[in-house]
Amino acid sequence: MSATTAGAAPAAKAPRVETPFRRFVSEFFESKIATGALVVLVAIVLVAIFAPLISPQNPYDLAQLDIMDGRLEPGSRNGDDTMTYWLGTDDQGRDMLSGIMYGLRISLIVGAGSAIAAAVVGASLGMLAAYAGGRTDTIIMRLVDLQLSFPTILSALMILAFLGKGIMNVVIALIVVEWAYYARTVRGTALVERRREYIEAAQCLALPTRRIIFRHLLPNCMPPLIVVGTIQIARAIALEATLSFLGLGVPITEPSLGLLIANGYEYMLSGKYWISFYPGIALLITIVSINLVGDHLRDVLNPRLKK
Amino acid sequence: MSVYLLRRLIQAALVMLAMSVIVFVGVYAIGDPVEILISPDADQFERARAIAALGLDKPLYEQYFSFLGNALRGDLGRSFVFNEPALQLIGQRAPATLELAFGATILAILVGLPLGLYAGLRPNGAGAKAIMAGSILGFSLPTFWVGLMLIMVFAVQLGWLPSTGRGETAEFLGMRWSFLTWDGLRHMAMPALNLALFKISLVIRLTRAGVRETMLMDYVKFARAKGLSPQRVIGVHVFKNILIPVVTVVGLELGSTIAFSVVTESVFAWPGMGKLIIDSINVLDRPVIVAYLMSIVLMFIIINLVVDLLYSVLDPRVRLESKG
Amino acid sequence: MQPNIPASAAPPTLQVRNLRTHFFTRAGVVPAVNDVSFNVGRGKVLGLVGESGSGKTVTGFSIMRLVDEPGRIVGGEMLFGGRDLVKTSEEEMRAIRGNRIAMIFQDPMMTLNPVLRIDTQMIETMQAHRKISHDDARQRARDTLGMVGIPSPDERLKAYPHQFSGGMRQRVAIAIALLHEPELIVADEPTTALDVTIQGQILAEVQKLAANTGTSIIWITHDLSVVAGLADDIAVMYAGKIAEYGAVDEVLDHPLHPYTHGLLGSVPSRNKRGQPLLQIPGMTPSLLNLPVGCPFRTRCPRAAEVCAQDPPMAEILPAHEARCFRPHLEEAGVAA
Repeated sequence: MSATTAGAAPAAKAPRVETPFRRFVSEFFESKIATGALVVLVAIVLVAIFAPLISPQNPYDLAQLDIMDGRLEPGSRNGDDTMTYWLGTDDQGRDMLSGIMYGLRISLIVGAGSAIAAAVVGASLGMLAAYAGGRTDTIIMRLVDLQLSFPTILSALMILAFLGKGIMNVVIALIVVEWAYYARTVRGTALVERRREYIEAAQCLALPTRRIIFRHLLPNCMPPLIVVGTIQIARAIALEATLSFLGLGVPITEPSLGLLIANGYEYMLSGKYWISFYPGIALLITIVSINLVGDHLRDVLNPRLKK
Repeated sequence: MSVYLLRRLIQAALVMLAMSVIVFVGVYAIGDPVEILISPDADQFERARAIAALGLDKPLYEQYFSFLGNALRGDLGRSFVFNEPALQLIGQRAPATLELAFGATILAILVGLPLGLYAGLRPNGAGAKAIMAGSILGFSLPTFWVGLMLIMVFAVQLGWLPSTGRGETAEFLGMRWSFLTWDGLRHMAMPALNLALFKISLVIRLTRAGVRETMLMDYVKFARAKGLSPQRVIGVHVFKNILIPVVTVVGLELGSTIAFSVVTESVFAWPGMGKLIIDSINVLDRPVIVAYLMSIVLMFIIINLVVDLLYSVLDPRVRLESKG
Repeated sequence: MQPNIPASAAPPTLQVRNLRTHFFTRAGVVPAVNDVSFNVGRGKVLGLVGESGSGKTVTGFSIMRLVDEPGRIVGGEMLFGGRDLVKTSEEEMRAIRGNRIAMIFQDPMMTLNPVLRIDTQMIETMQAHRKISHDDARQRARDTLGMVGIPSPDERLKAYPHQFSGGMRQRVAIAIALLHEPELIVADEPTTALDVTIQGQILAEVQKLAANTGTSIIWITHDLSVVAGLADDIAVMYAGKIAEYGAVDEVLDHPLHPYTHGLLGSVPSRNKRGQPLLQIPGMTPSLLNLPVGCPFRTRCPRAAEVCAQDPPMAEILPAHEARCFRPHLEEAGVAA
């Protein structure tokens, strides 16, 4: 925080060629912690995307697994002495490092996918509430209040109790849990923006409502939406991991990080910590780096904090 | 006061009613109860007879009203798995969950308040920074993984604490409680800490923010200007003011603590309601699912009501308004 | 440079000499109080007048030694009862606060703790300074509440602050200040937030109490008309310094400093009806980048080249000091 304020002064004296976006970028990189977190996050995303190319093993290909290599300690060599299990193996002889890389993929896809879907649903409803006002607004916001008053895990459990377990149902549950945050944020911003002169000007020009919403209102709602979205991705990843750990989430054949951790649970008691430990570390680093980036984004994008 | 209470009770009843519709429609209408309730080996005739017996051939609203009628008599159906009344099953498991949630809440306050107070009074010190970094971790760490790590360190590596179960219990008010025996407390220590972790972070943040805000208030400076000792200024003038928001939030969070104990109970094989609901979802034991959801919504409503009343006891300003 | 105004035999209750309180902010050092000197005689009322940001409130908190970070007293002395408050230990300072020097704050809605009863807030003040039983303290609290004009004090002791009006709360605050019959009360704009009628009542009350108990008062205000009826001496502050200092009639009748002159000219009054009110042009300068020399010169109609120098505090008329190279001597009937 102090770095931001102190650094703002020289930035203001710089020549006026800088665009808002450039200023945002330069302000963002003033925080060493946030920059570090962003670097880590980019690395994690790259690992997840290129997992099939860089992982030592395809953990889903049962032909590559050797049950004889099960539960080997980190650093062990495989039976054929052709590769090293740097993070050990699980009970089926799966290389943990490869499992984590592929698990990251699932976790990130589910987390980001549900966050984006929830953002679309929530932002649309929030915009509708702000633009329509009246009873529509009341009904939507009552739903938001109801949703937010329930703990996320309870809402998710309720959805899974209704729909049964499975990856698609987890995504639906995550969307149901998250949409309200977006709706509230977008409605709040849109209500403020609506009263601004430029919207009134656009209305005077008799521009179509659709155009006003998408070209004028929505872009102005983006900064808070991005901040909420970042934090919600982290929450979605954590919640997916939790549900998978509880056995209500992804199928056992394509484990996410949460399920990897669950798989190691029974071996933990016999001291074989690595099956649960390393996927947990990967999960932790992912969530913490997203949260740090999100926290800082909020500081930079929130005009109220800028003085 | 009594008018206020009455209004709140009517509100609570309406919320319960709304939730019963949602839960009923969710569990009995979205899914196909026939698939679950009737053995797949049953022939056509048996199926039809069972459907009629369960009232599934009637229109949905009639089914709902008979469900509601039964619910009001305390009958939410029998568990398929245990073949016991679902509500009775929930009742048996509730003490384990409740003592865990209360233990976690007490722990959150006992640990969180002093740390938050320290961090708020010396916001720029190394200690405060470490506490705040820790609270970020507390928010980010997935509860279930921390639970596993606790087991690994304290049960497996150090062998100090038992890893699973409730341990020895003692009877009190006709229910069995772990916190009354030493062995039970030892079993409770890790799950309670695990469940408290998130709340500790929350209490730290609330307390710190409250302290920093309150320290700037004129009445704190006035208290110092009266020549009071720092202990009195912080212990009475600051503390009493931050206690209100902290108690409110922690109280409201009790419901979420009970809900999140699902995770902790699964990790530590703690035989509470949470463990029961996960098992029930896995085998689609619908009456138990419904009973769990309805009772947890009821707990939520009760907690909200109690926190509201407690709030008015703590804050004299609210007390006056509700009287008037 | 010894202000020698209250030339009575007894030593003044408080002598402030060259007090400097600076705030070390990220943007730079803010000299909120910069070389301030004045005396408060026994049983006398000193009016400390200035605009917001002139340093008058910080001066008050400096006397209480209640300047918060990033502020610090960096120089000067404050002689009180034979000791220098600047050098007094925090422990001893606490024994003085609320006991021998009390303070009344600006906003009565904010000074009392909303969650503690009035009796708690009064009794704790007494028990912080002397061994006194709860019952005796309560008795004394009740008497003091009665003294400041609070009806049925017995019941009111059990009330919470929000059950009082603003004026009543300020009376409670004054009662708390009076509990130990202090030698000095620092009153920081205690009537600014109140209605005019209540303001008059409180002023009269305070004046009476000061006269009866021999308590000295520093009355901090931005309102010259309040000071005119209340104070014995007046010190006008501008940009962290005292611009003019003297007996109240002297200063109000013959303002020497152009700033005081401007302030008096901008007060509406009956005998100036029909005339346009004078205004001081421009704004209070930021303490972060004050003009070189006299801080008022950028707004001063009489500014000349010499004002680029720092004007010293000088006794321009007998017992009447000003920090100005070009004071208003014409009106005072004295040749320059």
